[in-house]
Amino acid sequence: MNFWTDPIKVIYDWLMITLTGWGMSGWLADVLINLLGIIVLITAAMVLDILLVWVERKVVARFQDRLGPNRVGPFGLFQPFPDIIKLIIKEDITPAGADKVVFNLAPILSLASVIFLWAVIPLAANVYGVDLNVALLYLVAAGAIGTLSIIMAGWASNNKYALLGAYRMVAVMISYEIPMIVALLIPTLLAGTMSMKGITLAQQDGLWFVVLSPLGMLLFLVAAIAELGRAPFDLSEGESEIVSGFHIEYSGMKFGLFYAGELLHAFTFGAFVGILFFGGWNWPLPWGDKYPLIGIFNVLAKGMFFYWVIMWVKYTVPRLRIDHMLAFNWKFLTPLAFALLIVTAVVHAIFKDLPLWAYGLAMFLSNILLGWAVLEILRSNARQERAAEETPAPAAQH
Amino acid sequence: MDASQIIFFLSAALILVSALFVVTARNLVHAALWLIATLFGVAVLYVLLEAGFLAVVQVVVYIGAIAILFIFAVMLTRRDLLSQSSQTNANWPVALGVSALSLAAIAFIARGFGFSLDRPLAPVPTDSLERLGQALVSPQQFVLPFEVASVLLVAALVGAVYVAMNKK
Repeated sequence: MNFWTDPIKVIYDWLMITLTGWGMSGWLADVLINLLGIIVLITAAMVLDILLVWVERKVVARFQDRLGPNRVGPFGLFQPFPDIIKLIIKEDITPAGADKVVFNLAPILSLASVIFLWAVIPLAANVYGVDLNVALLYLVAAGAIGTLSIIMAGWASNNKYALLGAYRMVAVMISYEIPMIVALLIPTLLAGTMSMKGITLAQQDGLWFVVLSPLGMLLFLVAAIAELGRAPFDLSEGESEIVSGFHIEYSGMKFGLFYAGELLHAFTFGAFVGILFFGGWNWPLPWGDKYPLIGIFNVLAKGMFFYWVIMWVKYTVPRLRIDHMLAFNWKFLTPLAFALLIVTAVVHAIFKDLPLWAYGLAMFLSNILLGWAVLEILRSNARQERAAEETPAPAAQH
Repeated sequence: MDASQIIFFLSAALILVSALFVVTARNLVHAALWLIATLFGVAVLYVLLEAGFLAVVQVVVYIGAIAILFIFAVMLTRRDLLSQSSQTNANWPVALGVSALSLAAIAFIARGFGFSLDRPLAPVPTDSLERLGQALVSPQQFVLPFEVASVLLVAALVGAVYVAMNKK
C-alpha cells in the first residue's frame, strides 16, 4: 500500500500515529481526523465553485456570441475574486418585516443541501466521504432540504414576488422529484445496489448504464435540470414577471450563497450523471480504478462535461410556462419513467443470464423501441390536436 | 463517553427543545419549522441506531413531503391567525392530567426493562436493505400489507384525478 494507490488510508494512518503520539486518545483522534476530512472536502468543493463562476460566465458569453470576462488575469480567470469582494463589501440588507432568523437561515440551508451531496460522491475507488447503501435516496433527501430552504427564503422575505417564486419552485421540485426517483431506480435495478460505489463497480465489470438505459439517462438529466431550477425550468426566477423570485430580497453574500449553491448543485448533478450512467472513475483516462488521483480527475472531468451540457440546455431553450411545465412532467415524464422502469425490469430479468453483448443489445433495443413508441404516440396526439384546432378556423375567418 | 454518545445527547436535546417550541411558538410557520427540526433530530437518532434507510426515508417523507405540505397549508391561511388568541382552552387541566398519567405509565413500563451498558449490542446485518426489500415482497412476510397500502395510494390518486378532472 502506498500513497498513489490508497491516499486516504495513508494520510489517515499518518495523522493517527502523529495525534496518538501526542497523547490523544484513539477515538478523539479518529473524530478529529474525520472532521478534518470533512473540512478539506467542503473547502475543495467551494474552491471548485469559485472556478465554476468563471466557467459559467465564459460559456454563457460564448453561447451569446460575446467574449465574457477577459480583463482580470489570463482569460479573465481571476474575475471571480473581484466578484466575491464586491459581494462581501455590499450592504447586507434585511428587509423590514422580514422574519430575521428564517431569512438568514435559508441561504445557509440552500448551500448546505448541495454540500450534503458531496458526502456520497465516490471520487475514486477508495476516495469518498461515506459509502452509504442508501446513497440514491440520500440524494433525494438532500434535495428535500433544498426545497425547504427555498420556501423559507420565499416566506421570510415578506415579499409577494418572493413568495410566488417560492411557490412555483416548490411545485416544480415536488413534481419533478417523481420521475427523478424512478429514473434513479434504474441504475439501482441494474446494479442491484443503491450505493454509488457499487453502481460504479457494476459498470466497471459490465457495460455503462447509458448503453443499457439511454432513456433512463435522459430522464434523469431532464429531471435533474428541473430540480436545479435552471432554464428552461427557471420560472421561479422569471426576471420578466416576478423579478428573480425567491431571492429578490437577498443582497451581498447571502445572495452569493444562493448563487454558489446553484452552480455547485449543477456541477454536482453533472457528476452524478457521470457516476450513475457513464462509469464514474473509469474513463477517459485509464487506470482510474487503481490510481485514485486519475479516478478523481475522471469524475471531475465528467462532472464538468455534464455541467456544460446543463449550461448548453440553459442558454439554448427558452423558459416554459408553468402549466406547460407541470403538464410535461405529469403527462409525459412520469408515465414514461414508470413504463421505462417496467420495461427495464422485465428485460433485465429475462436476459441477465445471456452473454454481456446479447444482454446489452436487448436492453439498448428495448429502450430505443420504447422511445420510438413514445415519439409515435406524441406525434399522433399532436396531429389530432392540430386537426382539432384547424377545423373551426375557416368559419372564424369569414 | 464517545462520539456517538455526544451526538445522541445533542440530537436528543434538539428533539426535546424543538418539540417544546412546536407547541409554544405563536407563529404557525415557526411551529412548522420547529417540527422539521424535531423530525430531523429523529432522523439523526435512526442513524445512530444503524437504521440508515429509515433515517433517509424519514427526511424524504417527513421533511420533503409532509412538512412542506404543512408549510404550504399554513401559508395559505391568514398570517395573524393565532398571534392574538390564547393558545390553550378550558380543557387544559384535563389534558395535563392525561399526559401526566401517560408519562407515569411509560416510566413504569420503562423501569422494568433494566437498561444497562452490560448488555451486548444486537448484531446489525450488513445486507439489511436487501432483507427489507425481500421482506416487502415475500408472501411469508409483508406482501399483503404492502399491496394493500399500494391499493390505498392508487385509490387516493384516482380520487385526486376525479376531483380535479374537467367535466365536459
